[in-house]
Amino acid sequence: MKFFCLILPLLLTACDNLDHQPRDDHYKRTSLFADGKVLQSPPPGTVGRDDLALEAALTTRPPLTQALLERGRERYDIYCSVCHDFSGYGQGTVPSRGFPHPPSFHIPRLRAAPPAYFVDVITHGHGVMYSYADRVAPADRWAIAAYIRALQVSQDTSVTALSDEERTKLEAAHDQ
Amino acid sequence: MPQIFTASADTRLRAIALILAAGILGGGMFIGGYMNSTYTTRIGWVQNQPVPFSHEHHVGGLGIDCRYCHTAVETSARAGLPPTHICMTCHSQIWTGAPALEPVRQSLASDKPLEWNRVARVPDYVFFNHSIHINRGVPCVECHGRVDQMPLMMQAKPFQMQWCLDCHRDPAPHLRPPDQVTRLDWTQWEADKDHEVYGKLMVKAFGIEPKHLDSCNICHR
Repeated sequence: MKFFCLILPLLLTACDNLDHQPRDDHYKRTSLFADGKVLQSPPPGTVGRDDLALEAALTTRPPLTQALLERGRERYDIYCSVCHDFSGYGQGTVPSRGFPHPPSFHIPRLRAAPPAYFVDVITHGHGVMYSYADRVAPADRWAIAAYIRALQVSQDTSVTALSDEERTKLEAAHDQ
Repeated sequence: MPQIFTASADTRLRAIALILAAGILGGGMFIGGYMNSTYTTRIGWVQNQPVPFSHEHHVGGLGIDCRYCHTAVETSARAGLPPTHICMTCHSQIWTGAPALEPVRQSLASDKPLEWNRVARVPDYVFFNHSIHINRGVPCVECHGRVDQMPLMMQAKPFQMQWCLDCHRDPAPHLRPPDQVTRLDWTQWEADKDHEVYGKLMVKAFGIEPKHLDSCNICHR
């Protein structure tokens, strides 16, 4: 009997191999908090360590660089293109399934809008568009605004205004 | 002096030896088969979920990027389960009365998260980090399979140590351009002969050293 008692814990520990450990992982249920969530929202009024930096990033427009535009294209394609489509006409796949069409970026009102306007819409939402503040970091909002401007230029430039080299490039891309 | 062994002792010994050998062999085969069965690896088994969310529809049909919902995947250990707010970005306007989405609306109204059941899980003693894999160009499809072809989410790869090590010991063939990391169909890319050296070049460029990648403490702490 004594031998059996000694060997029992060994047999039992072998069942799970520490696969499930008694700790509170992200997204799990817990008895530590009243609402049962491990991931707690910060109490109202909390100031994050990076809040000032994020706010500064939101108010100061970063210098326009190739890297900023490329970051903007990547973020635009992830978060915006589902509704605004890859060229910015507002014909994305989600509006095609019944979501109200957003305005095209190529209308005079939005062509005249400053980059800060797009940053503001991403931050606070607009009409039926939700805020994207939880998905797009402040610096990325400026990158997207810069890329929207690039899209606007791309759709409003005459072919005759391009250099020969640019025109060959465009034709090659079109033939592909 | 009496005989110690009866006349049939030899036969019985042979029979016992045979049964023992068959038992060990059969037991080994059973355990091996069980460990590799989908019952253990969970490949292809669908979990019950509060909402029958279809990756096939959202990823394959609508072309929504993985990062639209799994926002933390590039910067954190976890990919991030989307909060109800993200579902409602679209579903505040479309399928607003769909019975299947009732739990989503309830979740938003009552400020309680949806309780999804985990599909892709590693044991608690494994510390997997999404961000480093994504930033080095291990595409989502490498571990999660063709989610754009899964009406209901299921595990596509075995998630056993052997499988992790296969890649950690020879990462080159699994690397893809990090800017296309969420792309799911790589058949055309793989067919291009020019891409054969890509992985080897990236291993060098990123300073990835396979001889360190299978150290225990890379995944276990």
